[in-house]
Amino acid sequence: MPTLTYRDALNQALREEMQRDPNVLLMGEEVGVYQGAYKVSRGLLEEFGSMRVVDTPIAELGFAGIGVGAAMGGLRPVIEFMTWNFAVLALDQIVNSAAKILYESGGQIPVPIVFRGPNGAALQLAAQHSQAWESWVSHIPGLKVVAPATPADAKGLLKSAIRDNNPVIVLEGEMLYNVKGEVPEGEHVVPIGRADIKRAGRDVTLICHSKTVTVALKAAEQLAEHEGASAEVLDLRSLRPLDEEAIVGSVTRTNRAVVVEEGWPQAGIGAQVVDVIQREAFDHLDAPVLRVTQADVPMPYNRQLERLAKPSPERVVAAARRVLYLD
Amino acid sequence: MATNVYMEALSPTMEEGRVVKWHKKDGDPVKTGETLAEIETDKAVMDLVARADGVLRQVAAPEGQTIPVGSVVAVIAAPGEAAGETPTSAAQTKPSGSGKRDTGNVATAPAPVAVATPPAVAPADATRVKASPLARRMAKEAGVDLKLVTGSGPGGRVVKKDVERAPNQAAPAAAAAPAAPLSPVSRVPLPERTGTAYEDVPLTQIRKTIAKRLVTSLGPIPHFFLTTEVDMERAAEAREALNKQLGDQGEGKVSFNDLIIKATALALARHRACNAWFQEDHIRYWNEVHIGMAVAVEDGLITPVIRHADRKSLTEIGREARELADKARNRRLQPNEYTGATFSISNLGMFDIDQFTAVINPPEAGIIAIGSIVQKAVVVDGHLAPGRRMRITMSCDHRVIDGATGAAFLRTLKQMLENPLAMLL
Repeated sequence: MPTLTYRDALNQALREEMQRDPNVLLMGEEVGVYQGAYKVSRGLLEEFGSMRVVDTPIAELGFAGIGVGAAMGGLRPVIEFMTWNFAVLALDQIVNSAAKILYESGGQIPVPIVFRGPNGAALQLAAQHSQAWESWVSHIPGLKVVAPATPADAKGLLKSAIRDNNPVIVLEGEMLYNVKGEVPEGEHVVPIGRADIKRAGRDVTLICHSKTVTVALKAAEQLAEHEGASAEVLDLRSLRPLDEEAIVGSVTRTNRAVVVEEGWPQAGIGAQVVDVIQREAFDHLDAPVLRVTQADVPMPYNRQLERLAKPSPERVVAAARRVLYLD
Repeated sequence: MATNVYMEALSPTMEEGRVVKWHKKDGDPVKTGETLAEIETDKAVMDLVARADGVLRQVAAPEGQTIPVGSVVAVIAAPGEAAGETPTSAAQTKPSGSGKRDTGNVATAPAPVAVATPPAVAPADATRVKASPLARRMAKEAGVDLKLVTGSGPGGRVVKKDVERAPNQAAPAAAAAPAAPLSPVSRVPLPERTGTAYEDVPLTQIRKTIAKRLVTSLGPIPHFFLTTEVDMERAAEAREALNKQLGDQGEGKVSFNDLIIKATALALARHRACNAWFQEDHIRYWNEVHIGMAVAVEDGLITPVIRHADRKSLTEIGREARELADKARNRRLQPNEYTGATFSISNLGMFDIDQFTAVINPPEAGIIAIGSIVQKAVVVDGHLAPGRRMRITMSCDHRVIDGATGAAFLRTLKQMLENPLAMLL
C-alpha cells in the first residue's frame, strides 16, 4: 500500500471524486493558481480548469453562500477555508442556510456541500488563529462533522463527505498535513459515523479524534511502559453522528474512560461523549470519566504557555492514572 | 477548594465515633490516604483517612469527643489555598471547649470559614456504601453484600477489584501467628474506689453496641435451648495425636476450640436448616458456612468470623482463629472480619463454666455455648469409669429452627466430636 502524507491523501480524494463526478467543484481562497495555502489542491487547476477549481476573493461569507446556492442548484461544491478560524465569518451560511434548507424546504432541496480546512491550534498562531471549532459545528442539526486523524481516514472520509447529500464539515489540521501513513489506492471510502480502534487495550479507553489521536497513542505507550496499564485508543473520526455503539462497546470492556479533545472544556465534544457513557454504560463504569481539554483560556502565544494549554500525553497519562486508581 | 473531613461510618453499624487520637495537627500537610485520626467505633479502633491532598484546617473535634457519623470534624484546604489562609489562621485557632471566639479578630479577618458548629450532613448519606456502578452490578450478580466489602477507591469507594476479591475468596493470611490460646483476657479495670457510694462510668462505644444489639436478640427473638453432653475422650486423643504430628513439623497446635469450630461447620453444612438468617419477610438459608467466634475483649466481646470454616483444615482454622482473636483484642479488626457470620460459637470452657446459654446474634438463627471439658464418673457398659465430658447448649431462633431440627444438628455435631474420624467422611 502506498505511503502518502495527509495532505496528499486529501488531494487524492479530491482528484478521484472530481474525476468520478463532473458536478464536484472546489472553491476557496488560493485553491487554484497558488494550489492551496497548504497545497491540498496541488495540480487540480491544471487538471480540471478554472470552472471547477475556483479562486475566490477574501470573503468567506460570500463564497460559502455561492457554494450553498450551487449545491441547491445540483452541483457538489467543496468549499475550502484557509483555516476554520476564518470560517467563523461564514457561519451564517453554514448554520442558517446549508444546515436548514433541506428542513425548511420540506425535504425538497438537499444541500450536498463540503466545508473543509484546518482546525485547531498549530504552533504559536496565537489566540485568534488557534481555535478548535468542533463543538460549535457539531452542535447544529442538519450538519455532519468528521475529523480524520490519519491519511487513510482523511482520504476515506473526504470521499464520503463529497458523496453525502447533506452538508458535511471536514476538520483537518495544519499539524496533520505532513503526517505520513499508508493509504489504500482508488476506491477507499470510510463511512461517516463509524469510530475506529487505533490501539486495542483492556484497562482504560482513551477517546479522541483528529490531532489528539497522536496524543492518546503516546499516552497509551507511556501507560503500558510505566504503569503496566493497557489503554485502548478509540478514534471517534465522526463527531456528528457520534458512534455511540463503539464508545459504549469499548467502555463496557475497559470500565474506565478518559476523553481527550483540543477544544475548551465547556460544552465540548468530551461532554457529549461523557453523556453517552453515563447513560448507556452506567453499570459498566468503575470510575468517573475524566476529560483532558485545552485550558479554559484563549490560546497563549508564548510557546511554553501554549504547550501547557494543549492536551499532552502527560496530562492524558495523569488522567488515566486517576481513573485507574493508581494515584 | 476545601474538602470537608466527615466522621465516617467505619463499621456497618456505627452511628457515632470517638476521636481517640489525632495523627495530624491543624496546619499539617496531608495526602490522600494518610491517617488523620484514630476513631473508636462501636467495634474497633479504626483509622480516619484523608480523602484529599492539602493542609489540615479547622480541627473541630478534640480528642476524646464523640461525634455523630456525617458531622464535619475538620477541613482539608487545597494546597493552593493554604498560603492564602495562613494570615487568617490566627483568627481560627482550634475552637476551645467553651466555643467562644474573639469577635474582634473575626471581624477583621477576610471571611474565615465558619468553624464552631460544622453543619451535620444527613447520616443516611454518610452511611451509604460508596461503590462504582460496575461494582454494584457485580456484587448484585454475585450475591455479595457491599457492606462487607472494604473499598480501595477514592473515599473508600468499592470498585471492581474489591468485589472480585471479597468476600467469598477471603483467604487466610499466611503469616504464622504466635500461638496465643483463646484464654481469658483481663477485663477493663474499673475506676479506683473513691469512697463515694458508686462510680458512674460512661458507656464505651462497644458497650453501647452490645447493649443495643442484645436487646434486639433475647427480647424479640423467641429463643429455646437444647443441651447435650459430649464424650470428649476420642477428641482429646485425636488432638494429642495431631499435635504430636504437628509438633514434629513445628506448626501451631490444634486446640479443642479449633476442633469444635471445624465440627460445627461440617455439621452445619449437613444441616442447612440451622445455617440461616431470619430476614423479617424471608429466611436466608446459607450455602456457605461462616462461623462467628465470640472473643472476649477489653470491656466487651466481639465475634470475628472464620469464613468457609467447613472447607478449611484444622491448622488453617487454628491459625485464623488466633490471628482474629489477637486482632480483636488489639481492636484492629476490619468490618469485613466481624460481619457476615452464618452461625456463632461462644466458648466459656476456659472459665470453668459447665454449661450456659448464649444469646443469639441476629440475624443468625443459632449459637452454641460450649462449657468446660470436665473429668467425671461416667457409666460405660454398666460400669463406672472416669471420662471427659463437655456440655454444648444450642440457642435456637424458633422462627427458623424447630426443636427436632436443632436436635438433629446437635446429634451430628455430637457424633463428630465423639468420633473425630467422622469429620473425614
